[in-house]
Amino acid sequence: MEGTELAGKILSTWLTLVLGLILLPSAFGVSLGISEIYMKILVKTLEWATIRIEKGVPKESVKNSASVGIIQRDESPMEKGLSGLRGRDFELSDVFYFSKKGLEAIVEDEVTQRFSSEELVSWNLLTRTNINFQYISLRLTMVWVLGVIVRYCVLLPLRVTLAFIGISLLVMGTTLVGQLPDSSLKSWLSELVHLTCCRICVRSLSGTIHYHNKQYRPQKGGICVANHTSPIDVFILTTDGCYAMVGQVQGGLMGIIQRAIVKACPHVWFERSEMKDRHLVTKRLKEHIADRKKLPILIFPEGTCINNTSVMMFKKGSFEIGGTIHPVAIKYNPQFGDAFWNSSKYNMVSYLLRVMTSWAIVCDVWYLPPMTREEGEDAAQFANRVKSAIAVQGGLTELPWDGGLKRGKVKDAFREEQQKNYSNMIVGNGSLNSESN
Amino acid sequence: MGSRSSHAALIPDEDSLRRETGFSQASLLRLYHRFRALDTNKKGYLSRMDLQQIGALAVNPLGDRIIDSFFPDGSLQVDFPDFVRVLAHFRPADDEDAGLRDPREPEPLNSRMNKLRFAFQLYDLDRDGKISRHEMLQVLRLMVGVQVTEEQLESIAERTVQEADEDGDGAVSFLEFAKEEEENGSGRQLVVSTTVCLKTQLPGRFLVMVISVWNYWKLLGIITTTAFIILL
Repeated sequence: MEGTELAGKILSTWLTLVLGLILLPSAFGVSLGISEIYMKILVKTLEWATIRIEKGVPKESVKNSASVGIIQRDESPMEKGLSGLRGRDFELSDVFYFSKKGLEAIVEDEVTQRFSSEELVSWNLLTRTNINFQYISLRLTMVWVLGVIVRYCVLLPLRVTLAFIGISLLVMGTTLVGQLPDSSLKSWLSELVHLTCCRICVRSLSGTIHYHNKQYRPQKGGICVANHTSPIDVFILTTDGCYAMVGQVQGGLMGIIQRAIVKACPHVWFERSEMKDRHLVTKRLKEHIADRKKLPILIFPEGTCINNTSVMMFKKGSFEIGGTIHPVAIKYNPQFGDAFWNSSKYNMVSYLLRVMTSWAIVCDVWYLPPMTREEGEDAAQFANRVKSAIAVQGGLTELPWDGGLKRGKVKDAFREEQQKNYSNMIVGNGSLNSESN
Repeated sequence: MGSRSSHAALIPDEDSLRRETGFSQASLLRLYHRFRALDTNKKGYLSRMDLQQIGALAVNPLGDRIIDSFFPDGSLQVDFPDFVRVLAHFRPADDEDAGLRDPREPEPLNSRMNKLRFAFQLYDLDRDGKISRHEMLQVLRLMVGVQVTEEQLESIAERTVQEADEDGDGAVSFLEFAKEEEENGSGRQLVVSTTVCLKTQLPGRFLVMVISVWNYWKLLGIITTTAFIILL
C-alpha cells in the first residue's frame, strides 16, 4: 500500500538521521553542536519575550516581584518582637507574638514552599508557569503558539524515541556485558555502555550540562553526595563518570533496568525489608567502598526530592560509613524547564512527559573538594558541614528541616529552644522584679 | 498533567467570602491554593494532623492552641470558608473612620476588637468568657516549657491577674483584657500583612481561551508520539 510505504520511507530516513546525528556522537562523547544552536535560538527568543512582557506590564508590579513569599515577614528575633528589653515581665500581650508567628507559618512556611516548583520572575512561554502573567500582545501569543507546536509535535516524539532507544540499549548492553567474566575489559565495556546510554537519555531531555571543577570528580572507593531534585539527577551525574547506585529493589520497568545493570557492574540494591536494618545497610556499603576497584557510591542524603531552591537536612546515616565524601552541587536553571519531581502531585509518567515537553533541562554541576570526618566531629555535624558546602556552591539556601517532614512529625528539641529563649526573657531578671514588688 | 488553574471560579461562594473577610480576590486565590496544598489526601477539609505537619507551627510553643482556634466546639474538620475566616483576623486593620461604617453590618473580622477576641480565646480554653488563674498558668507553662519552676510561674500568673482584674473576681474578663491592651497599645501586633495583591494578576480572556485549546494540543502530541512508537 502506498500509504504504508511512504510512512515506512519517512521513518527509515528519520531513524538514520537520528542514528547519525545523535546516537553515534553520543557513543564517542562528541557533540555536533546542534543542541547549542537550539539553545542559542531559545535564549534569544526568551529574552525577546521578557522585554515584551516588561514593556507591557505596569510599573508597580515589576518592582515587587523580588519578594520571595506572599507575606511580609517580620524577621526580628524574639526579643524585639516582644517589644521590650531583656528581663521584662510577662504581659498578657506576649501571646500575640507567638500567635502571629504561628499564623505566618500557616499561611506560608519554609518547608512546604520547597515542595512546589519554583516561581519564575519572568515568563518562559510555557503555560504551566503562567500563573502571574497576563495577556500582553498578539505577537507574544503567536510565539507561544509556535512554541507549543514545536514542543509537542517536533520535540516530544523525538525525545520519546531517544529515551526508548537509550533505555533499551542500556538493558541490552549491560546484559551482554554481564555475560563476560570479570576482567578489566568488562569494566571498561560496562563503563562505555553506561556512559553512552546516559548520554542518549540526557539528549532525550535536551539536557545541557556544565561541569565545573572536573579535577575533583569522585574517585573509586569514595562516596559521592549530592542534593536531590529529581530522578534525572542520576542521569546527569552519570554522563560524566560511572557510579554505583544505591537503592531499593523496585518492580516494573525500574526493576528490569536495575537487574540488568547490576550484571555489568556492582551496584548495591536492597530489598525493602533490608532497608529497615541500618546495620546491614552500613555493612554492605562499607564492604563496597573498601574494595578499591569498585566505582564510587552515589547517595542522595536528603532522602526526598526538593525543589532546587534549598538544601534540607542531610540524613546522617550516609556519613557514618566512613571513607572520603565527594560533595557535588547540582543547580538547574528553571527558565528552560522545571526538573523538580513533586511526587505527591505527579506520578513518574506524567513527570517525564512534563519534562519532555519543556524547552530544555539546563543545569550546572559543581564538583567540590573531597571531605572527611574530622576528629571529635560526629556524623550529624559532618553532615551539616557537607550540606553547607553544597549550599554555598550551588547558591541554594540552607534549611535545618528534615525533608521527610512532609511525612513525619518534627522533633521537640526545636520547640524547647524557643521556650528556653522566652523564659530567659521573662524570668532572666525575674528575681530582681519580685524583690522590687 | 494539569498546570495550576488560576481561575477564581474554583472557590465556592467566593463573593460572599470576599465581602465577609475583606481579602482581595488575588489573596483569596493564594489562600485557596495554600489550603489545597495543606490538605493531604485531598479530603476537601483540613484536620488537626494537616496543620501539625507544618514544621514552623509544630515548634511554636503555642502551636497547639493556635490549631485549636481553627476547630471550635470540638469539631474535627475545618473547611475553606472557616479557614479563611480565622486568617482574616490577621489582616491589617482598615484605617477607616469608625463612624463611617454602617453600624447595622457586622464588625469586620480584622477589627481591633475581633483581633483581641482571637487572642483572648487562646487563653480561655473553656470558653467561659474569663481567664482564670489556672488557664493563665497553663498558657504560661506552654510558653516556657520546663525552664521555669512552678512557684515562679504561679507568682507571675498571680501578679498578671491582679493587675488586670478590676472587679475583683479573681479572673480576667474580655473587657478587662481589652482595657489592659488598650493601655499597652499592642493590638497592632496581631497583623500578618500580605504582599499577595501586588504579585498575582489574572490572565486575560484571550489567554484563557487559548489555554483550553492547548489541552487539545497536548492530546495531539501524545497521539503523534504513540503513533511513532507503534510504527516502530
